[in-house]
Amino acid sequence: MTDTSGEKRGMQAFETVLSKQDTRVAEFEVHARSPLQMLQHFLHANPTAVPAIVLVLGVAVFSAIVGPRFYSAFNLSLILQQVTIICIIGVAQTLIVLTAGIDLSVGAVMVLCSVIMGKLAVALGLPVPVAFAAGLATGAACGAFNGLLVVRLKLPPFIVTLGTWSIFFSLNLWYSGAQTIRAQDVAKAAPFLQWLGTPVDLLGARLTYGTFFMLGLVAIVWYVLNRTALGRHIYAVGDDPDAARLAGIRTDKVLFSVYVAAGVICALGAWALIGRIGSISPQAGQTANLDSITAVVIGGASLFGGRGSIIGTLIGALIVGVSRSGLALSGVDVLWQEFAVGSLIIVAVTLDQWIRKVSA
Amino acid sequence: MSTNTFSTSHLGTDTGVRRPLIEARGLVKRYGRVTALDHADFDLYPGEILAVIGDNGAGKSSLIRALSGALVPDEGEIRFDGKPVQFRSPLDAQAAGIETVYQSLALAPGLSIADNLFLGRELRKPGVLGSVFRMLDRKSMQRMAREKLTELGLMTVQSINQPVETLSGGQRQGIAVARATAFGSRVVILDEPTAALGVKESRRVLELILDVRRRGIAVVLISHNMPHVFEIADRIHIHRLGRRLTVVQPSTCTMSDAVALMTGARAPQELAA
Repeated sequence: MTDTSGEKRGMQAFETVLSKQDTRVAEFEVHARSPLQMLQHFLHANPTAVPAIVLVLGVAVFSAIVGPRFYSAFNLSLILQQVTIICIIGVAQTLIVLTAGIDLSVGAVMVLCSVIMGKLAVALGLPVPVAFAAGLATGAACGAFNGLLVVRLKLPPFIVTLGTWSIFFSLNLWYSGAQTIRAQDVAKAAPFLQWLGTPVDLLGARLTYGTFFMLGLVAIVWYVLNRTALGRHIYAVGDDPDAARLAGIRTDKVLFSVYVAAGVICALGAWALIGRIGSISPQAGQTANLDSITAVVIGGASLFGGRGSIIGTLIGALIVGVSRSGLALSGVDVLWQEFAVGSLIIVAVTLDQWIRKVSA
Repeated sequence: MSTNTFSTSHLGTDTGVRRPLIEARGLVKRYGRVTALDHADFDLYPGEILAVIGDNGAGKSSLIRALSGALVPDEGEIRFDGKPVQFRSPLDAQAAGIETVYQSLALAPGLSIADNLFLGRELRKPGVLGSVFRMLDRKSMQRMAREKLTELGLMTVQSINQPVETLSGGQRQGIAVARATAFGSRVVILDEPTAALGVKESRRVLELILDVRRRGIAVVLISHNMPHVFEIADRIHIHRLGRRLTVVQPSTCTMSDAVALMTGARAPQELAA
């Protein structure tokens, strides 16, 4: 360390040459990028572009191969109906994934909630609003339990929800006595529970209230994530929890409320599930866990947190629905549908990794 | 009102009659068997630039984190404006008007520049939209963010909405400094603010620090850059082995003295004698 105590104020000697410095500023974007880099930057700035392009391509390809049977309004609306449950559960999953977590218990929570609603309203004859509220409360309680374990005990979400998946599923089997409540009984005692299954015929397309319910839910969660402070905080917590905490965000509160919200959304998914299948079965929705993760990942969300969108999840669910329907109508064996979905996941994650490597 | 007679400053300060803005006594923080803070004292006077220097592992960062609420000390007392305070989180310190630029910068890389500037204190739209629907006033936040960055002249960014991860290290540092100076009403703490910057950008940050002082805001500057410290600091707090060793004046102490003190090559008594 040289001693320059003689000249303490003002510029350092080595800085005097700064008067002769190059005064050009803002040298952005001057070095040309290769088309591939430009694509990478575009995808980085517009994360939902990839799933959107894939969806459009998928619809186009299957329309060309299968023909009108695929692109008829009826079939397309059927796909929408089929993805309703995956999409609603996917919305819950998106919230968790944005915080760099993962929820393996979403499917079990949904089934448990549907069983509670059905058993209280049909078997025990309680007023339907009470049964419905109890279902929502169950979802909130399950989410709160997951949240407490993750936030208070600092356990990894993967392990926590792997455990609660089994716990919730056992509770569901015990409470339902492994009995299915028949659709006719539900229709007689609690038609409100099947309300989301009410069909709406529109220009040859057959939609249900459940489809509109799903779109409404997507809109509300989109609003919360993009237009409220809580939404920004959810992204920040998933992106860099330390930075979020230092910026003054109550990360524990945000994380906990995300798990509770996910539980409530699963309970709403239970309502849509009853509307979709009519009956209430403790064995229903077995694939919802992995399907929801599939939709989220194909929708462009990053499992490392902080990146992803609700619209992406909706599109991701639609991609799964389109590829399943398209392959089925092409006469391809069911096992190749699973093969295709699996490949989509790998491609989506690979693409995510590539996009994240974007340099300034 | 505390008239402190326990100042460990050996080189006499001209601020003895004024009341410190932040006054910390006997701060202790232990991590298992490691003692990061060992009965550390700290004084910051209104409107001054106080530099904190010390060797690696001396506990500078722990001291700063205790003052900014990011760390709760095991023992000791912090007084702000003469009143005892307990900062349990960065929010408490922010509420008191203390802003910090951490060495890690504490930015969320995936969020935009505007989002990061207002992270944790977002503006909501007036009326029902804001109070009931909690809608963010994105236009105002973007406008204020743009104004702030222009005012600093620190960087030329393409868009206020571009994610922070697409910025260079220097630009990110600029964003963090902008956030602190935009909201810090009483104290701005900067932990190694020029470490990632080039010569030109460092000069901008130093000017900015002087500018902050001109607005009557006290500044705490943690830095390893001795020329910078001696250029702009009013007083220099030398931290060693988890506690305040002494406070020196840049006008009466040389850089080599300061380095000798902070590395333990010389004891403060020898210097005073």
